Amino acid sequence: MDPFEGGVMSGAIAALGVFGDGIDFLVRERQGRGGGEVGGLQQTAELLWGHIKLSIAAMVVACAVALPVGLVLGHTGRGGFLAVSVANIGRAVPSIALIFVFFAWFGAGFVNVMLALALLAIPPILTNTYVGMREVERDIVDAGRGMGMSATKLVTSVELPLALPLIMAGLRVSAVNVVATATIAPLAGYATTLGDPIINAGVYGDEGRVGAAMLVAAVAIATELLFAAAQRAATPEGLKLSRGTQRRRLTVINRRVSTTP
Amino acid sequence: MTFVLAQVPEGFYRDRSESDTGCVANNGVCPDWIVDNLDRYVDPFLEHVWLVVASVACGLLIAFPLAVLAYRRRWLIAPVANITGILYTIPSVAAFFLLLPITGRGALTAIVALTAYTLLILFRNVLEGLDAVPDEARDAGRGMGLTDGQLLWRVELPLALPSIMAGLRIATTTTVGLAALAFFAGAGGLGEPLEADKAFKSNVLVAGGLCVVLATALDLIILGAQRMMTPWTRSRAAS
Repeated sequence: MDPFEGGVMSGAIAALGVFGDGIDFLVRERQGRGGGEVGGLQQTAELLWGHIKLSIAAMVVACAVALPVGLVLGHTGRGGFLAVSVANIGRAVPSIALIFVFFAWFGAGFVNVMLALALLAIPPILTNTYVGMREVERDIVDAGRGMGMSATKLVTSVELPLALPLIMAGLRVSAVNVVATATIAPLAGYATTLGDPIINAGVYGDEGRVGAAMLVAAVAIATELLFAAAQRAATPEGLKLSRGTQRRRLTVINRRVSTTP
Repeated sequence: MTFVLAQVPEGFYRDRSESDTGCVANNGVCPDWIVDNLDRYVDPFLEHVWLVVASVACGLLIAFPLAVLAYRRRWLIAPVANITGILYTIPSVAAFFLLLPITGRGALTAIVALTAYTLLILFRNVLEGLDAVPDEARDAGRGMGLTDGQLLWRVELPLALPSIMAGLRIATTTTVGLAALAFFAGAGGLGEPLEADKAFKSNVLVAGGLCVVLATALDLIILGAQRMMTPWTRSRAAS
């Protein structure tokens, strides 16, 4: 039995008007403008999974590049100008332009879109990793060195844990951006994302467009909340204590990305 | 109700018949084509500038009073930061289409959505700037008999200016990038020609490049304004 047929549920959905139609599209199949069946939970799940798959792949590639580079630059203190400029340049290049550069030069497909998204995700991760490593108090690093720690031990036991909150903040900015930008992936030939009903309203209809837009917004907010929780969990206890009083006022605004003065 | 995507006149951007050399036909990077067709990008560029300037100005008009208010009444910080945080998180393409049924196609939808994106950045930076004002400066102002209003305008805001301007710069460059998606809302901008012929390298290069140029130019303008408005930071750096 269709739980959305009649009753309180459909009444509530109808009351929401255009947005209700959007939700309806996500849960119930209907005849598309092109003739085929569109909408429904199965297709929604398929598009959602494609969206998440693309986003995760892009984030994995971005982390594989940005984290090691950021850690090394931050540990040695070299290349600070590079690490911070990357963020400024990254902000100035529109995500859609980057996607189309990959499309025009390398063609359509999952890998090309994924690489474009990864390139988009690198600057915040790289810059925040660098700044996080640099902002570890020098006294603490010196103490570690005085205890005879090797460079590797210093990074993994002292600098990395203390830099982790800021690194996580960078990951959070990147992840939300990647999820948002995966919406326009169908423009560059990878159709299995939630952007497909938004861009190809000719096939899915206006309900599909509004429904997918709502779902994309929900996925982005869920990503944000997930990474915010991870960021809190990654903050060492000692750091929470020492900053507690001073930081509490501004904890809700800790989405920091550094910029040149 | 039907929303139509980018309404580019058919063949306008795709028309390459005048200079249909091998380079253009092969979707290459063609300096000749770029020079001949640069005028096609003037209108989208101006639309883009208007979207960015209007959105950042609206964002500042909303975020600035909110931040000043929250600076005095601390309990406001959490709700305002959370709401603007959620607005900042919603993908712009989604935001455009969620706004379409309410505000309709056109620049209004784009400006409302883009304004929403600037709020978090501007609010946070104005507030951080005000919070970073040294207590000594505040005490000195009080000692001179300044009222709360005078203290705000003559001491606290000038000292917060570098942080406020930094926020303005981040908000502006971010908005330049997001405005490239405004064509989804029917508001034009450089995204429109960019999308209309996305396989043509020359086109992608020019439209994308103009976005970067615009972001850099606006950034430098705000930086210049900041230098002029805060002469004391410059003299300190020089001495």
